[in-house]
Amino acid sequence: MAKPRIKTPSTAKAGEVFQVKTILKHKMEMGNRKDKKTGKTIPRNIVNKFECLYNGKTVFAAHQEPGISANPYIAFYVKATESGTLEFKWTEDNGKVTAETRKLTVN
Amino acid sequence: MTQYSSKAVMSRRAVLGAAGTGLVAVAGTALAARTAQAAPADVQAKIGEIPGGAAAKEGKVTVKLPQIAENGRTVPLTVTVDSPQTEADHVKRIHVLSEGNPTPLIAYYDLSPQSGKAEIATRIRLAKTQNVVAVAEMSDGSVWTGKKQVKVTIGGCGG
Repeated sequence: MAKPRIKTPSTAKAGEVFQVKTILKHKMEMGNRKDKKTGKTIPRNIVNKFECLYNGKTVFAAHQEPGISANPYIAFYVKATESGTLEFKWTEDNGKVTAETRKLTVN
Repeated sequence: MTQYSSKAVMSRRAVLGAAGTGLVAVAGTALAARTAQAAPADVQAKIGEIPGGAAAKEGKVTVKLPQIAENGRTVPLTVTVDSPQTEADHVKRIHVLSEGNPTPLIAYYDLSPQSGKAEIATRIRLAKTQNVVAVAEMSDGSVWTGKKQVKVTIGGCGG
């Protein structure tokens, strides 16, 4: 799978609220589509969970259903408090986890 | 020649018969499809399931969607909740519900005081012209809702 794209600042002032934009390349198979050749239903496989951890603490999480478009885009806000890492985790129906980290310096 | 014409009649009959059963089948699927589709009542029921949802009030929540979505497969959505997002007063969870998709729940988002601002953006699938409802659960237990109608030209939930 392609690497997810994440847009987040590398530095921020203490108390600053910044936006985080993420996009993961994923088909988000809904589970109601049929394979045209075999006639079989393609099993559901979507990214059902997304988490953002700030120094190990969950600051934002999303629970997604098939109503979310392919290549799920999520944008949210985080308040800068201390330097550290931002960890992003996507979990799929089949159990696959995609994780990425970004460093954040607070001055 | 005669053989040909009788064959033609036969096939016409066969076609008519098939069309008849076909019609019944179509009506059947249409009915099934209607029951499978979420309705405003389902959305209300879903809001009722949320803690404190029975006393949900309209307001505070702004749903931003295009007026007309040409492609229902990917419709940009922004939900903003009027909240300072402090330890004492913040949005705990934002639910996004649909009145016309096969399932009413699209997604929910867990926020924290560290979120800083109660705003989320994503892209959703919409089956047809409908209302999209966003529900915000606040830290004090109150529940607020907001909705927006969106016209969908091509549905995005087709099989």
